[in-house]
Amino acid sequence: MTTDTVANPVAAGNPMIEALLEQFREGVRHVQQTRTGMPVLWVRRDSLTDILQFLKSQPSPFSMLYDLSAVDERLRSHREHLPPADFTVFYHLLSVERNEDLMLKVALTEDDLRVPSVAPVFANANWYEREIWDMFGIGVTGHPHLQRILMPPTWTGHPLRKDYPARATEFDPYTLTVAGQDTEQEAMRFRPEAWGMARERDGVEFMFLNLGPNHPSAHGAFRVVLQLDGEEIVDCVPDIGYHHRGAEKMAERQSWHSFIPYTDRIDYTGGVMNNLPYVLAAEKLAGIEVPERVKAIRVMMAEMFRISSHLLFLGTYLQDLGAMSPVFFTFSDRQRAYKVIEGITGFRMHPAWYRIGGVAQDLPRGWEKLVREFLDWMPARLREYEKAMMENAIVRDRTRHVAAFNTADALEWGVTGPNLRATGCNFDLRKQRPYSGYENFDFEVPLGANGDVFDRGQLRIEEMRQSLRIIQQCVQHMPAGDYKADHPLTTPPPRERMLQHIETLITHFLQVSWGPVLKPDESLQMVEATKGINSYYLTSDGNTMSYRTRIRTPSFPHLQQIPAVMRGGFVPDLIAHLGSIDFVMADVDR
Amino acid sequence: MSWWTPQLAAILWAMFQALVILLGAVLLGAVLTVVERRLLGLWQDRYGPNRVGPFGSLQLIADMIKIFFKEDWIPPFADRSLFVLAPVIAFASLLLSFIIIPITPGWGVSDLHIGLLFFLAMAGINVYAVLLGGWASGNKYALLGALRASAQTLSYEVFMGLSLMGVVALAGSFNLRDIVAAQQDLWFIIPQFFGFATFLIAGIAVTHRHPFDQPEAEQELADGYHVEYSSMKFGMFFIGEYVGMLLVSSLIVTLFFGGWHGPWLPPILWFAIKTGFFLMLFILLRAALPRPRYDRVMSFGWKICLPLTLINLLVTGAVILLVTPNA
Repeated sequence: MTTDTVANPVAAGNPMIEALLEQFREGVRHVQQTRTGMPVLWVRRDSLTDILQFLKSQPSPFSMLYDLSAVDERLRSHREHLPPADFTVFYHLLSVERNEDLMLKVALTEDDLRVPSVAPVFANANWYEREIWDMFGIGVTGHPHLQRILMPPTWTGHPLRKDYPARATEFDPYTLTVAGQDTEQEAMRFRPEAWGMARERDGVEFMFLNLGPNHPSAHGAFRVVLQLDGEEIVDCVPDIGYHHRGAEKMAERQSWHSFIPYTDRIDYTGGVMNNLPYVLAAEKLAGIEVPERVKAIRVMMAEMFRISSHLLFLGTYLQDLGAMSPVFFTFSDRQRAYKVIEGITGFRMHPAWYRIGGVAQDLPRGWEKLVREFLDWMPARLREYEKAMMENAIVRDRTRHVAAFNTADALEWGVTGPNLRATGCNFDLRKQRPYSGYENFDFEVPLGANGDVFDRGQLRIEEMRQSLRIIQQCVQHMPAGDYKADHPLTTPPPRERMLQHIETLITHFLQVSWGPVLKPDESLQMVEATKGINSYYLTSDGNTMSYRTRIRTPSFPHLQQIPAVMRGGFVPDLIAHLGSIDFVMADVDR
Repeated sequence: MSWWTPQLAAILWAMFQALVILLGAVLLGAVLTVVERRLLGLWQDRYGPNRVGPFGSLQLIADMIKIFFKEDWIPPFADRSLFVLAPVIAFASLLLSFIIIPITPGWGVSDLHIGLLFFLAMAGINVYAVLLGGWASGNKYALLGALRASAQTLSYEVFMGLSLMGVVALAGSFNLRDIVAAQQDLWFIIPQFFGFATFLIAGIAVTHRHPFDQPEAEQELADGYHVEYSSMKFGMFFIGEYVGMLLVSSLIVTLFFGGWHGPWLPPILWFAIKTGFFLMLFILLRAALPRPRYDRVMSFGWKICLPLTLINLLVTGAVILLVTPNA
């Protein structure tokens, strides 16, 4: 691997890692050098569960399984010093107390594609393990319900394998016969027995209610099957995958540059917020340091989208509580936000406006005026929402102490972002691990106390105020300078110079026609996105395309947690909880 | 002309009145659907339907054409006869109650001596529409809606009747004309304020209007009991709801706000203005309030409204006994 790594706190100096190496001398095979900014340990499959248990039980433990996925290593050409493997499963752990991460990798061979289930240690491993079965065909021994999760149950093949075609033209044309439709429909039928659910209790039959995938409050194509006793939810099973578009697969055949627009569509209410972790991770691979102006512009636009996303949240959240009007008001506010966004980027929902090494254009003349208008408009409206809705007795009655969970539960289920902070846990990456110059801004991290539906709503109103503060500071102190980094891998290179300068012209030509080539390495960037922590874990094999792009989205674990929160609640509570999670299905299914 | 007797003239005149009131109620109910959308638009910073005709005035016609020509689908898993019967009950029961409303001194279909009781009976029948519709649809959401509706009606009809007994005691009659006449000097809103407050709440609940629309609760039950209905069957539920609003508003006016009484303007205008005010109130409530959880609605009914009506009735009775000589 490369030796000029930028961020590389290796095992040395980290007492817990040293203790781990001490305790599991045999279990740890290799320490990999990467640009992910965390120690990456290759461990033996047999020791995996013990190591995870050890890490979770230490003082200031790694209490969150942040991400779990796999890589098909079979076509990877740059694997110097790495243990031989056909497939690798990685476990990304996060410690809030230490503010540190740790990645464990398990090497697997094709003839023995199995890992032990770690769901007994981390509850949220359940869905991730189903995902690696679905996408890679990696078996998980001891898993309670190893079924496909993103693909339909009738699917054949495992899409993220390298031998699975990525282009539609490599398949026969798709046909659906009546019989085929019946088969698909039948496969979707919910069978309580398969989930270990009883059909009756004390002689009283339960009602199994299919809420979704088409339901006004499911916020997209999302299905929850409810086991009901009257209107009390005995248990429920969330079912996802209806919005799956294979973004991770697409990343493997788009150039580093041309994948940017796909990121916009992951959390489709987050706009350029989605570009941020991707371009930051790509810049780590390329070794690009962007100018201060770029950082400030990125922060400003990302915060604009945070406000726009939170406004959408607020409107639909209150709508789910039965209040009809607020959504119209928040949408007219969003229209004002879009006026700014459109004026600066030229697009509304999906600007795809960040670039590797900068942003697409410089700020237009008069942008301050546009932004100021928005900054002047919002505070009074936010106050109005609080007065009319959050202080309303019915809203409080519907939301106080409803669907509440504490910090420990939140960490156990991988909950991040406002939903985690609503439990009182002060963990905001913009403060804890500042990126893109957030350390230069003066803002507060609002916290909740009860972790209930009310706190999740109120906290987001407060977050909008803080975002306005950040944008205000951007307007007051926007640094001068270039909007693109002066670096050979900046894509596309500054056009003005391209017209003057033969070297720039050549790079420009290559990067537009071919795409930039990034050195073989791995990098990862997390950002505090609109709905929680979003990260891109990029593996480069020294090519114009990513070898593997892992997109960790916050909404996925948030939905997995629903049954744990909702058992014993009422149907209206579930609707309130769904509204308060703030998810979009594209952010779940990718 | 021997066949033209005063009796015949009276019958014809009564029939004419009945026909006008019937058509008027249905038509007003239909117009209200558009009025509501325009008003909601006004209160929600948007236009509402304004494309068809000048200022959207022909929207109603467009809606009717659409609803008449939609496929009238009966799900194969539905109980056909009950499925067809339910919207008829929904529409007819509340419409029939207009019989008892005296609109002006000269207008009104019938002076039933048991006027109020007739309304309570019709409101009681009305719940069968929701119950049967929800049951016959063979749909779980519809069933949950029907269950909510029956639980809610059970809770609210109890004190709806009681809330009106104060008025009956004061007027000494169930006949609505007598009740209006008794308000010549003082509207019953003053002595019967708590009766008014509880009847208003119960009235909203009977019409399943927001915030008591738990049986349909779009965000929870995806329209609840009428989720399987389409075309005119849905139309009857839909218009039925607005006819219900109209009925409850005119009842409130008749019982608590002196009916057609008022200075300067002709009685019919006073009646219309007062009724219009309560219709606006119904719509404004929908725009302004979130929906409480249905079990809270139930406990609100039993724990607050019912005791309140009982106390109100006791106090009213005591006061009447005190002031009335030789009682």
